[in-house]
Amino acid sequence: MIAAYLEIRDGKIKKSSLEALSEARRRAAELGVGTAAVLVGADVAGLAPAAFALGAGKAYVIENPVFADYSPQSYALALAAFVGEAKPAALFFAATAMGRDLAPRLAARLGAGLASDCTKVAVKDGTLEFTRPIYAGKAFLSLRLKTSPKLATLRPNVFPLGESGGGAGETVRLEIAVPEGSIKGRVAEVLKEESAEVDVTEADVIVSGGRGLKGPEAFALLRDMAAVFPRAAVGASRSAVDSGWIGHQHQVGQTGKTVSPELYVAVGISGAIQHLAGMSSSKFIVAVNKDPEAPIFKVADYGIVGDLFEVVPKLTEELKKALND
Amino acid sequence: MNICVFVKRVPDTESRIRIQHETWTIVEEGLNFVISPYDEYAVEEALRLKESKGGTVRVMSVGRDETVAILRKCLAMGADEVLLVKDGSPETYDGLRTARIIARAVERRLAGADLLLFGRQSVGADNSQVPAMVAELLGLPQASVVTKLEVEGASATALREIEGGMEKVVLSLPAVVTAQKGLNEPRYETLKGIMAAKKKEIPSVTLEELGFGPDELVSAVETIGLDVPAARQAGKIIKGDPAETARELVRLLRDEAKVL
Repeated sequence: MIAAYLEIRDGKIKKSSLEALSEARRRAAELGVGTAAVLVGADVAGLAPAAFALGAGKAYVIENPVFADYSPQSYALALAAFVGEAKPAALFFAATAMGRDLAPRLAARLGAGLASDCTKVAVKDGTLEFTRPIYAGKAFLSLRLKTSPKLATLRPNVFPLGESGGGAGETVRLEIAVPEGSIKGRVAEVLKEESAEVDVTEADVIVSGGRGLKGPEAFALLRDMAAVFPRAAVGASRSAVDSGWIGHQHQVGQTGKTVSPELYVAVGISGAIQHLAGMSSSKFIVAVNKDPEAPIFKVADYGIVGDLFEVVPKLTEELKKALND
Repeated sequence: MNICVFVKRVPDTESRIRIQHETWTIVEEGLNFVISPYDEYAVEEALRLKESKGGTVRVMSVGRDETVAILRKCLAMGADEVLLVKDGSPETYDGLRTARIIARAVERRLAGADLLLFGRQSVGADNSQVPAMVAELLGLPQASVVTKLEVEGASATALREIEGGMEKVVLSLPAVVTAQKGLNEPRYETLKGIMAAKKKEIPSVTLEELGFGPDELVSAVETIGLDVPAARQAGKIIKGDPAETARELVRLLRDEAKVL
C-alpha cells in the first residue's frame, strides 16, 4: 500500500496532507496497490471519513493523550509503529513545517532514505520515481530510493486534490506505548500570527513586493490586492526583507521560500536570480515594474511597465470588479 | 556551554547552476563556494551563547579538502575549534548518509555537547533532513527552523516557524536546533581573526578513522536525472495608462489565463 500521513492543525486535516493522500491514491492505483491514511493525535478518529472520501481504503488511527501536542520524537515513534504494522511500500507527507520536521526523524529511525519537497512522483518499471527542486528550483533532481519504505514529503499546492466521493473504509486502531520521560521536547504553545494570513507556501495567489516599494508603507497596497482573493498571501523579495520592511517569513526565493501558486504578482521586484529561482514554477506570473529592462519581465506572462503606486490600486479595483461578477 | 555547529560548503546564492548531463552533477567550474547561509546563523548563535554563558564552540563539516575554507571562516568569526570529516564522495543528496557520519563523529570526536546547531537546510540540496536525522540517531530532541532561542540551565526554549505562526518548543538539553533567517545577524570576521585562522592547522578525520567500512555508507538515493527547468517565455507587455493597463491585465487573467 501507499500511505499518507495526515497532519492535523486546529482539529482539521491540512489541505496539503489531503493533496499528499490524493497523490498516494493515484500512484497506488498505477501500481495496483491500496491506499491508506495515518492519523496521530489525542482524538482524531473522527477525521478518518475525509480520508475515505478521497479513496483511502484504510485509516490507521493512533490515539494517545501524549499526542495532543506535536513532538517529532513521539510522532516518529507512532509512525514507526505504523510502518512495522502495515508495512507500506511508501509513506507520503506534506512538505510543511511539520512534515519537514517529522519525516527525516522517521527516516533515520527506519534507516530509510527520504525524498524531500517533491514536485512530481511517477511510477516507472513498477518503482516510484521522485522529482524535486534543488538550489531553490534552479535545478531539478530525479531520484529513486533504494530503501524501503519509500519516504517522501510533497510540496504543498503542487499535487491536485483527488475527486472526493469515495466510499467507506476501515479504521484500524494502533496502540502505542510512549515510555514516560522518553520525549525530551514538546510544543508548549502555538502562537498564531495576528493577521491570520495564509502562508506563502500555501497560497493560491501571492502578491509580492520588492525594492521598488521604497518602504514598508506600500505593502498596504499589496495587502489590499491580496485581500481580493480567497487564499492569497503577501510575499517579498530579499531586499525588502533585509531592509526591514516586512518579516522574513514572507521572503520568496533562495534563503526564503520556494513557491508555486496559481498566480504570482511581482510588484517592484527586479528579479534577482535568487528570487526567480523561488517563484519561477508559479503557474502565471504578472510583473509590475517601472524598468522595462528588469529581468522579472523575462519570466512574466504579463507585464506592466509603469509606476506601481498608480498601477496597483487600479489593478486591485479591476480585480474586485472581476471577482465579484 | 559546550556547543557544536555543523556547516556545509555550498555555491553562493547568486550562482547560475549548470548541469553536467553525462554524470548528473552540477558544473562546479566558475562557482563561488561559501558557508551555507543558514549555517552562518547557527555559528553566530553559538558564538552569542558562548559570550553570554561561557563555554566552547566547535564547528564541524563533512566534505572534501576545499571545505577547510569555510572552517577557517568559522575560526575567524570566533569558533574555538574546528573539525573536518574528510569525505571525497560527490553530492549524494542523501541526508541519511551525512547524518550517519555526523552522528558517529559526534559520538567519537565531539562528545559532551549540550547543543547541536545546524542551518535549517543547506542552500543547494535543500533537503532539511540531516539535523532531524542526527537528533533521532543520537536520541535527542529537536527544534527546527528556529528564529529565537533561549537557554536556561538544562533546558532551551525555541520559537520555530510554522505556517501562519510559531511553535514555542521546550527542549531538555542536549538538543538539536536548526537556525532560520531572523535568528540573528551574523558578524563579519575581524582582520585579526582572519590572520589567526590562516595559520591554524585544520584537524581532520577520515571516514575509516570514524570506523566506517567501505560499504557502510552506500547512498539510499539513486540519482536518475538532473536538469535545469525549462526557461519561461517572456509574455505580453501591456501598454497604456494605469487604468487601461489594469483593465487589460484583468481581462487577460480572466479570459486567457483563466486564473480568475
